[in-house]
Amino acid sequence: MSEAVSEVVSEPAIATASASSGDATATHAIPRTRFDALPLLLVAVLALAAWPLVGSSSTWLTLTAAGLAMGMIVFIAASGLTLVFGLMDVLNFGHSLFIALGAYVTASVFAALATWTSMPSIALNLGAIGVAVLASMALAGAVGLGFERVIVRPVYGQHLKQILVTLGGAIVGEELIKAVWGPQQIALPPPEALRGSVLIGEVVVDKLRLVSVAIGVVVLVALVWTLNRTKIGLLIRAGVQDREMVESLGYRIRRLFVGVFAAGSALAGLGGSLWGMNQQIVVPQIGAQVNVLIFIVIIMGGLGSTVGCLVGALLVGLMTNYVGFLAPKLTMFSSIGLMVAVLLWRPRGLYPVTSR
Amino acid sequence: MTTPPLLTLAGVHTHIAGYHILHGVDLAVPAGQVTMLLGRNGAGKTTTLRTVMGLWAASAGSVTFDGTRIDATFGTPDIARLGIAYVPENMGVFADLTVSENMLLAARGARTFDRLDTARLEWLFGLFPALKKFWLYPAGKLSGGQKQMLAIARAMVEPRRLLLIDEPSKGLAPAIVQNLVEALRELKRTETTVLLVEQNFQVAKALGDHVAVMDDGRVVHRGPMREMADDEALQQRLLGLSLAAHS
Repeated sequence: MSEAVSEVVSEPAIATASASSGDATATHAIPRTRFDALPLLLVAVLALAAWPLVGSSSTWLTLTAAGLAMGMIVFIAASGLTLVFGLMDVLNFGHSLFIALGAYVTASVFAALATWTSMPSIALNLGAIGVAVLASMALAGAVGLGFERVIVRPVYGQHLKQILVTLGGAIVGEELIKAVWGPQQIALPPPEALRGSVLIGEVVVDKLRLVSVAIGVVVLVALVWTLNRTKIGLLIRAGVQDREMVESLGYRIRRLFVGVFAAGSALAGLGGSLWGMNQQIVVPQIGAQVNVLIFIVIIMGGLGSTVGCLVGALLVGLMTNYVGFLAPKLTMFSSIGLMVAVLLWRPRGLYPVTSR
Repeated sequence: MTTPPLLTLAGVHTHIAGYHILHGVDLAVPAGQVTMLLGRNGAGKTTTLRTVMGLWAASAGSVTFDGTRIDATFGTPDIARLGIAYVPENMGVFADLTVSENMLLAARGARTFDRLDTARLEWLFGLFPALKKFWLYPAGKLSGGQKQMLAIARAMVEPRRLLLIDEPSKGLAPAIVQNLVEALRELKRTETTVLLVEQNFQVAKALGDHVAVMDDGRVVHRGPMREMADDEALQQRLLGLSLAAHS
């Protein structure tokens, strides 16, 4: 695979550039970076390999749908850390705090909008989800701003200290959550019209997971578009490679990175909101539970790669569901084993972007 | 010199990690001309450029650009926004971005490719044809000479008031160096002010209007380039003496 510009979506971005250069013909001889489809094939191979093991086709289809939906939720939560860890090189173990905040804010919003969530109206239910999701993102993003200023900024470029202080920050944050919401678990039942499942052919699909998949697709498109089609995205990608040079070109990279950190935190809040809704129960450790999966996903996907993060999340989602059905005790081991196998195949992850 | 200086360094001292590198640099860069900064390795040439850009802070003295002190309160992005472009010794090319993306980044006034100044782009393509050929190519895949051309073109993608270029000929084949010299000559015709660090005296002779020679963190000679080019004894004394003193 070509080492540079391995992010798939940079193709259309540079194609646009060709048109504006005024001489597209001059570029025809240039070997183009081809989209690397092998990691996507891996998703299909994993799914097909599980088919004979599961046995029943309808069960397999149901597990596959559930796995893909779970993958999308993990992707949303992980996409924030892709920006923060993958692109900014900040080992943020405090990411779990923003996930937990998202889940708790959602519980509070659902409680406050009980009249909306208890009505069998899809519009009102989706409205409640919309408010919960936006509130989760806003609070997680705002807390992320403070977290970056107080905890992360003094340790930029120092991985060991980053692990220690962000983990410490996450512990303090978890205790604060207990102080505000209480240490007990909080039930987070889905809104009335989104309870249960729909039957598509022989496949049983949870309604709430369909909503999560839709939101995941929006996040994916927005992230890919921002990183590959906007100047801000270009600045983020350049800043990861050579921060000093970006400043020498006249851009205030610190301000940009603060914005990226807040955006990453907001995405974690969104992921936490959806994760909480799908778990239907919120506990103070909810962020830490999903944090392990997130690190697996972004390391497996390739640091800084949005598409890699998606593929990694889908793989983890499928693997978790298949193994959870076949041998529940091996669920967590299976995700870690999958990461090890992928890294043996591609040591820099499925779609490496940064040179780390 | 009669042309007023665009950039002035007065008694500039710079410390890096406890080491005293610049020991009171005095330098004036006249507007619209090319000033060559010569000297042996470790004389402080790169540190001087980086101090002007604010990448390393001056611990004493002043850096003045067009009448404004830029050493105290200006950060690197502010200094760049005054119209100063910097081409570092390692070229600072973003390897994972394409040539086109590198150029778009440098054009602060353009948010998208179609906002790039196409006439200026064509002018740059005329100077550096390889950039047009490899427009959509990842910059990391370019040869050393092509990367250097990209680095210089990037600094010129929009009109800038002052270009700081650090050893553009370093490590390049003679034919490539000649191409580079031709391109920089073309740039010189636009009367852009340039402060160019160079080890290769032939390149310096071909491009410079003025010369400043550094040794041990100080400017030890200033004058017209032609005067130095014609005076082999002066070359021997300044550059030869410098080498002998530190061998």
